[in-house]
Amino acid sequence: MKILGIETSCDETGIAIYDTEQGLLADALYSQVKLHAKYGGVVPELASRDHIRKISPLIKSVTQQANLGLSDLDGIAYTSGPGLIGALMVGASLGRSLAWGLNIPALAVHHMEGHLLAPMLEDNPPKFPFIALLVSGGHTLLVSVKAIGSYKILGESLDDAAGEAFDKTAKMLGLAYPGGPILAALAQKGDPDVYHFPRPMINRPGLDFSFSGLKTYALTTWQKSTQTDTDRANIARAFQDAIVDTLFLKCRRALKQTGHQRLVIAGGVGANSALREKLQQLNAEIFFPRLAFCTDNGAMIAYAGAMRLYAGQQEEAVIQTRPRWSLEDLVVPSCQKERG
Amino acid sequence: MKILAIDTATDACSAALLIDEQVHCEFALAPRQHTQLILAQIEKVLAEAGMSLQDMDAVAFGRGPGAFTGLRIAAGVTQGLSLAADIPALAVSSLAAMAQAAYHEYQIKKAYVGLDARMQQVYWGEYQIQAGIAVLQGKEQVIAPEDLPPKNSTGFVGVGSAWQVYADSLHPHIQAESHSTLQAIYPSAEYIARLAVKEYKSQQYLYSSEIQPVYLRNKVAQTLIERAKV
Repeated sequence: MKILGIETSCDETGIAIYDTEQGLLADALYSQVKLHAKYGGVVPELASRDHIRKISPLIKSVTQQANLGLSDLDGIAYTSGPGLIGALMVGASLGRSLAWGLNIPALAVHHMEGHLLAPMLEDNPPKFPFIALLVSGGHTLLVSVKAIGSYKILGESLDDAAGEAFDKTAKMLGLAYPGGPILAALAQKGDPDVYHFPRPMINRPGLDFSFSGLKTYALTTWQKSTQTDTDRANIARAFQDAIVDTLFLKCRRALKQTGHQRLVIAGGVGANSALREKLQQLNAEIFFPRLAFCTDNGAMIAYAGAMRLYAGQQEEAVIQTRPRWSLEDLVVPSCQKERG
Repeated sequence: MKILAIDTATDACSAALLIDEQVHCEFALAPRQHTQLILAQIEKVLAEAGMSLQDMDAVAFGRGPGAFTGLRIAAGVTQGLSLAADIPALAVSSLAAMAQAAYHEYQIKKAYVGLDARMQQVYWGEYQIQAGIAVLQGKEQVIAPEDLPPKNSTGFVGVGSAWQVYADSLHPHIQAESHSTLQAIYPSAEYIARLAVKEYKSQQYLYSSEIQPVYLRNKVAQTLIERAKV
């Protein structure tokens, strides 16, 4: 089955084609990061306007890349949520009506299911069950994954998502937008022994996170400092170490609590090299998607949709957007078809 | 000539099928229900004529102005249908569709069409019927009702929600009759389809990323530099 995947939940237009026989056939991404930079953050209306300009040419480009015509497609998967409503609406409207016009099935995909299944696109995919740490600008979640569609949220952020804390702290330190990756790069130059930031919520039981206090801690530290480039780097380092350590400790706790042997990292913060390095210390098999599939992309949506369409999941001809949608509301696709 | 038309620019949601002179339309006033309704409406108008998307010569859409998200639903669905059937798209103004409706249903030949644009503004266009078609006089614009230049021409009628919401700011300087029936005129796919005939004949074909809304309101956020100046 050849499935076209469409991702437009935030500020990236991602389109890909996944084949259940041959794997990923084509993948294209348009990032709006430059558009939003001069506004200091994602402007939802501008994001939507850009998606509707970029989406059709990207669909043409991936079909060409895969050497296919639209009539060769067997289904279309589009991100239905969670995300920015206007942005989701673009991919959903186009994706659902394209499928309707081609007389093929369409599937409304959960963005975070896409992320946590992204390592399945790699050569050495994880086996079920596993723990997934989903860390991005919008989410920080620890999920127990028993099978596709069988998800239990073990913990989540009570305030800022990890990526959001990175971006906001970067902004306070006067770094350019999007600050998260810039702050991470700066942290590498920082001295780890100058400042020590608290590890939020590690002394409490449970697997929830809270990162907004760290942001404030970073700000007060910065205000009290002499505000040199060295101070900035040292604070970036202390801040990143605190986030990485906290994520590490909670992952270790989640593995212990569930007895699972495998850990999947996904989402934009999963591209953070300090986090990647630290998590290798865990007594578990660690799986990362390639860097390009940590951030939003069409391939993970094509894959998640393909698994469900292959299992025979059907949906009516309705454009579905669900800006708020819990992973736990998903169901295991039933009536698994025979392979072949 | 066979044209499928859709409109989701306002609280109304509609699909229509034009076959030569005949139009069949499915129309509903359904705020925030467009995503639930539009494909079913398309299915219905096609099924009643025993046709499929692949039989169409073109797909027309209400390109705005109107509610931003609604405009993108229409543009997104139209991009999808145009790609799927490899047929051109035709863009029609939602204000023109309202003027055309006022002509067909109430024989109004001169209309000041205004849609509530929120933020104390209106989407505004002046139309006159020429050879049975609503023709725009001047430009469409988004403007505060009190900033419109005074109008003293005779025989004009006010059409659309702006005449209800902003009656007090329009009537002092815009000379036009209006009543509740005309204020309740919404863009409809029926008139999108009728106006699209001219676009089709003049080959104003659109494909892929050319299928875009016309928002009129294009300044939607302040840059960091602009905010710093305030």
